Amino acid sequence: MNRRLRWPLLLPAGLVVLALVAAVLAPWIAPASPTTGDLAARLKPPAWEKGGSPHRLLGSDLLGRDVLSRLLWGARVSLSIALLATILGMVVGSAVGLIAGYYRGPVDEVLTKLIDVQLAFPFVLLAISVIAVAGPSITVLVVVLAVGSWVSHARIVRGLALSLREREYVQAARAMGAGNARILARHLLPEVTSVILILATFDVGRIIILESTLSFLGLGVQPPMASWGSDLRDAAVYIRRAWWTAAFPGLAIMVVVLGVNLLGDALRDAFDPRTVGSRAR
Amino acid sequence: MFGYVVRKLIHTAFVAFGVVTLVFVALRMSGDPASTMLPGEASVEELTALRKTLGLDRSLGVQYARFLVDAVRGDFGVSFRHQQDALPLVLERLPATLELAFAALLLAVVVALPLGILAALHRGRIVDVLAMGFAVVGQATPYFWMGLMLILVVSVELAWLPTSGRGGMAYLILPAVTLGTHFAAVLARLTRTTMLETLTQNYVTTARAKGLGEGTVILAHALRNAAVPVVTLIALQFGTLLGGAVVTETIFAWPGVGRLAVQSIFVRDYPVVQASVFVLALTFVAINLMVDLLYGVLDPRIRHE
Repeated sequence: MNRRLRWPLLLPAGLVVLALVAAVLAPWIAPASPTTGDLAARLKPPAWEKGGSPHRLLGSDLLGRDVLSRLLWGARVSLSIALLATILGMVVGSAVGLIAGYYRGPVDEVLTKLIDVQLAFPFVLLAISVIAVAGPSITVLVVVLAVGSWVSHARIVRGLALSLREREYVQAARAMGAGNARILARHLLPEVTSVILILATFDVGRIIILESTLSFLGLGVQPPMASWGSDLRDAAVYIRRAWWTAAFPGLAIMVVVLGVNLLGDALRDAFDPRTVGSRAR
Repeated sequence: MFGYVVRKLIHTAFVAFGVVTLVFVALRMSGDPASTMLPGEASVEELTALRKTLGLDRSLGVQYARFLVDAVRGDFGVSFRHQQDALPLVLERLPATLELAFAALLLAVVVALPLGILAALHRGRIVDVLAMGFAVVGQATPYFWMGLMLILVVSVELAWLPTSGRGGMAYLILPAVTLGTHFAAVLARLTRTTMLETLTQNYVTTARAKGLGEGTVILAHALRNAAVPVVTLIALQFGTLLGGAVVTETIFAWPGVGRLAVQSIFVRDYPVVQASVFVLALTFVAINLMVDLLYGVLDPRIRHE
């Protein structure tokens, strides 16, 4: 491993791995069911507060559900949605960007205009207009989030493809009789992969926040399914009586997004020579 | 400058047209507005009748043409809940949203610029680490959670400020902090990076060499040249800010366009949703035009391009 990568990468990577482990293992490590609560133990505080119990480490919510268990299951829901949407946006955005930048011409012009317009449109508004008609569901959520993220990929990959297509090794491949599909897949794609992956890392963080925001507004994941955003929506109502129901899901979002963003920073510094150069100055 | 203004106006007209089209696509392609507007138990006859009234039985081309004409005339239909035209209803709320957005913007700029400049000047030292620590954490904190925690600590525990509504300064502080923090974080980082870049430029060395005070060098020479990327970011982030306003308004019961839009979704008040999205999107386009014109003032190279 590159020496520059070591410590700024370890801490955020640790946070991200922790969140992923929580998400994958939620069914086995969650101490209680995330959806069926103990009505006799409603709004119980965390273990260290007066009235808390070690069986409910982070307390319980209005329906007597264990906050820690919902947090773990919430990681599962929030992270899978974020990853799905990121991958979808990444694949579509990069493919469109590569094709537009490589072929140029009318396709490229239409795309550039489309990118301009979508960048001019606040994402939350786009999401609201779609969800207002389509209704909230996980599928709609993933598609909307992907629609929000493909643009940045398309724009940057297009720019890269524009300059790469003129490179000598691409010309050489063409001279040797390689078809367009082969040049795109074997010569351009490997060159842009690291940039795409760095962009996608930042996207994961952004999308986790967007998903939780939409779920908080009641336009995303619907109860009783556990998601950090929709749990905060419920918690906002009785925040005066139970601070813990509002504090922990938000903390979870913050820590994970922090980890992902720092990871993105570290990857960019390690792989993007331009920023490394500017830092070294 | 005149040619530049005209070019920008044409560009804005194009983007506005694109935005209108995007709203049409988002609203019409994602489902059937008639079934969204009617309650679940509505009969097929009622649905068909409503589709006819809304013109949804016509071809998409006709619908799109009508949509454009209505948009230009500002006619989005009548709100079911308020029994009045949707557009005036939304416009009535616009000042509240703008007040919130600009307060947040102002707060962010006042906090982030000095922070970013200080961090750049004391690079690698404790001020820099603290400022960038704030920025990184601020960027990772969702608006709504920030708002909830502020309500919990400042309003409930300390009882310093009101939790919701719009009135004097006291009501504005928490929503503005909520909305402005994320922006301040992003802006502080960018200011630091740009300042680090400009501080190594030859004209800064020249300014120092001719004996100008450090304050003049930083403010008049380095910051002036760092202004273009900073202003660009402000413009780009304004859209995020309007989106964030939707959330912030909901938490603090701030009577703005965003809260109206969200409430209207839940009562299926489709004309109001449509008008709100429209007004906010065009506000954003207008702000961008202003920023573009400001560029021309800030950077002569741009207007003579």
